[in-house]
Amino acid sequence: MQRLDGKIALVTGGSSGIGRAAALAFAREGAKVVVVDILVEGSEETIKMIRGVGGEAIFVKADVSRSDEVEAMVSRTVEVYGRLDCAFNNAGIGGGRAPTAKTTEEEWDRIININLKGVWLCLKFEIQQMLKQGGGAIVNTSSVAGVVGFQGTPAYVASKHGVIGLTKAAALEYATSGIRVNAVCPGVIRTPMIDRIVKARPEMKEVYRTMHPIGRLGEAEEIAEAVVWLCSDAASFVTGHSMLVDGGLTVQ
Amino acid sequence: MLRLDGKIGLVTGGSSGIGRATALAFVREGAKVVIADILVEGSEETIKMVEKAGGQAIFVKADVSRSDEVEAMVKKAVEVYGRLDCAFNNAGLGPGRSRTADFTEEEWDRVISINLKGVWLCLKYEIQQMRKQGAGAIVNTASVVGLVGFQGAPAYVASKHGVVGLTKAAALEYATSGVRINAVCPGVTSTPMIEDIVAARPKMAEFYRTLHPMGRLARPEEIAEAVVWLCSDAASFVTGHSLVVDGGLVAQ
Repeated sequence: MQRLDGKIALVTGGSSGIGRAAALAFAREGAKVVVVDILVEGSEETIKMIRGVGGEAIFVKADVSRSDEVEAMVSRTVEVYGRLDCAFNNAGIGGGRAPTAKTTEEEWDRIININLKGVWLCLKFEIQQMLKQGGGAIVNTSSVAGVVGFQGTPAYVASKHGVIGLTKAAALEYATSGIRVNAVCPGVIRTPMIDRIVKARPEMKEVYRTMHPIGRLGEAEEIAEAVVWLCSDAASFVTGHSMLVDGGLTVQ
Repeated sequence: MLRLDGKIGLVTGGSSGIGRATALAFVREGAKVVIADILVEGSEETIKMVEKAGGQAIFVKADVSRSDEVEAMVKKAVEVYGRLDCAFNNAGLGPGRSRTADFTEEEWDRVISINLKGVWLCLKYEIQQMRKQGAGAIVNTASVVGLVGFQGAPAYVASKHGVVGLTKAAALEYATSGVRINAVCPGVTSTPMIEDIVAARPKMAEFYRTLHPMGRLARPEEIAEAVVWLCSDAASFVTGHSLVVDGGLVAQ
């Protein structure tokens, strides 16, 4: 039985990695999908893959740090599909390699604008739409770095902690409006974002692996599973929660 | 697709409430179930409901605070069904009504021995069995009061915080052994345990309701859904986690 049958789902950062896996998972569960990203090529590949499994999807180009583009993204979704039931606010960038006192203002602003402000902008317009409908479910991508600290990437850690706070706040505000808002906190996941880091610094492969008690990195599909569940009716009493999918990393 | 097809599940405290709902959910997903409880009548009713739904279950009478009975419970499961794939350590006593300085030693020992030591004893023998198999998934019933405080039930709050800690510890120890261990943290759930409290003190009904931003209590099925998911392969990278199902309570 398809758990999101007839639903309309939106995924930001759907051009690769966790976003792509989630878009595919949404489609497999019966949803029509709006793939949002600033990257065109990867997004079109995601759409192809969705159609390849018999699903339906469209691409909307949007920079989540821009209010007008986020508003248009939701507008376009409603224009094409009439409604918005599930949203996965996943678009985000990785951190740099500078510690707190050496991080530049430009780097700080860039990461915060996309990873934190971008999530808030998406929430703003998604919730406005969902209020009109009387309900919906939203999942924000935080991270293990939203729960514990990591060295060398203060803006990333701050942004991901911020997402957790924002998730709680929004969840409380709309708890009686039929809108559930949760977060997923992935450990280190095998995605292009991580592949790039490992390519530049091969020693990070073993560092990442041994961070997880389970002894391996996570797969994008494992994050997608959690997102699908949180968006489904099975999670009808779950709101304001940050679900850790991290092979035990944060419980050490 | 049945998510626990062919699996063997065990539920302690399966005679009513969350335990019963989870036993039924396990069966719906294709598992055979062992119902463990000290209460015979309710357990037999659960078995009847399982069989009526076309499933298979047996009853093992066991007091989870007794090492010999927990060992025998797991032995019986293996004797009848050959293996143990999923365990839900849910048996527990509810909150009392005395504050910390007025609490009796007898009441303290009773609550701790069932709610905390009982969970550890179950983990001990379940993990021993699952390690032989190379795989298994366990969920312990904690509570929102395993994460936040609550007045008038110090042993209950301590025991549930303890379950959260025990879950993390055991998860770390067996993370590379194929055994995943997580907890579920329900908010106040519509079960006989709560109905008993409300029957004695009707004002508690509204109090409990307003604790939850969503404005209602949890249904036992909503807790069961979380347990099923955590036991399934969809949660393959989730271990040591306390999944909160509380209508936004702890997000406040």
